[in-house]
Amino acid sequence: MYSEINSNKWKSVLLFFGFFIFIGILAYVINLLFFQGITFIIFAAVIAVIFALISYYSGDKIVLAMSHAKEANKKDHAHLINTVEGLAIAAGIPKPKVYVIPGNQINAFACGRNYNNSSVAFTEGAIQKLNRQELEGVIAHELSHIKNYDIRVMVLASVLVGIIVFTSEIMLRSFLFGGIGSNDNRGGRANLIFIVIGIILLILAPIIAQMIKFAISKKREYLADASGALLTRYPKGLADALKKIKNDTSELKTASSSTSHLFISNPFKKKQWLSNMFNSHPPIDQRIQKLESM
Amino acid sequence: MYIIMAYNRFIVLRNRINNAWSQIDVQLKRRYDLIPNLISTVKGYVKHEKTVLTELTKARSQLVSGSMEQKAKASNQITDALKSIFAVAENYPQLKANENFKMLQEELSGTESKIAYARQFYNDSVMSFNTKIQGFPTNLIANLFKFDEKEFFKTEGKEKENIKVEF
Repeated sequence: MYSEINSNKWKSVLLFFGFFIFIGILAYVINLLFFQGITFIIFAAVIAVIFALISYYSGDKIVLAMSHAKEANKKDHAHLINTVEGLAIAAGIPKPKVYVIPGNQINAFACGRNYNNSSVAFTEGAIQKLNRQELEGVIAHELSHIKNYDIRVMVLASVLVGIIVFTSEIMLRSFLFGGIGSNDNRGGRANLIFIVIGIILLILAPIIAQMIKFAISKKREYLADASGALLTRYPKGLADALKKIKNDTSELKTASSSTSHLFISNPFKKKQWLSNMFNSHPPIDQRIQKLESM
Repeated sequence: MYIIMAYNRFIVLRNRINNAWSQIDVQLKRRYDLIPNLISTVKGYVKHEKTVLTELTKARSQLVSGSMEQKAKASNQITDALKSIFAVAENYPQLKANENFKMLQEELSGTESKIAYARQFYNDSVMSFNTKIQGFPTNLIANLFKFDEKEFFKTEGKEKENIKVEF
């Protein structure tokens, strides 16, 4: 358990490192091709530091806002809040904030940077479709992610990779739809920059995906399943919940490829090339099997 | 060096036990405070089965600051008394529809499971502490600094039997 926490703290540092190296290479190439001096590199470094600080301190809020999660109130979700509090006591961690995500799909995730700044979010579908034991199993799984410090690595991976994916999308779009035909010298130069960045990102996309997979290994989900079962002392609860998730066909519109690995199971039910590349979830049947053999 | 590390580990574990115990205490107190509200809500509706209420009041009054064993016993009695009240309430549709009662029922069953979870955390902590005290070579350090084994928070046999009743 303690070695798991340490390895997660190291991975967070490595993620920052990877992010800076990535921005560094990008800035260096652009600088080499289009600019003289080091002004652009300094500019890029400042932006990268700001992004890194934001993702460390507000990564959880960004992820929650991206999922349109609202904080649960005691009146509508008394049972959910009580169960989270109870299991947090069992896990020996401070009570996390509880959020509700609109949407019919059964899903949930945990986020934050440490014990005192952590949140758990559940979809409306999860609250309605799961029975008491199943919901307890899912909550215990999420709390285990908090306890193991998985949340810090996962949120950082989400936001840092999200920034890269987001910029590359803007670049590619402005390249595709922007004025390719413009003969104006400055516009042509800007276009060239976008093309270069676009090509670099296209080459690097598999590497980024590999980075996420490194940060969010499949072992992490199995481990959270196991320690979650240790909290509820009832592995069947989570196994039943996973079965319901497997047969659930609802889509979750607020999930994106950069946040999908946070969820307890892949929010994209249809197979897509991009989401498949970024998918870090172990096969659900194997998870059920492992839980049932406990 | 090893002695210092082992000693500090004992301190960490012992503090975790104390923290776990205070978690139980907080939840016991919370339930203690909710019970009078429940009694005053139920009193107006229940005509014949007044005895369950007096039993609850009696069990509650026994939950005074005492040793862990006494507290565990009183706590189990309250759990049983609450169960019979909620069973009796099934016969009173008006009571079951009462908003205040519904809220109290959710709160009390929430607190009830929190007590169970706090007890689980406490017993887990006690187990790792005791394992350290019994194991070699940490037992030598435990002897040296006079760390004593801690007691588990036990439940009555009756409560254990009831686990299967879920629906």
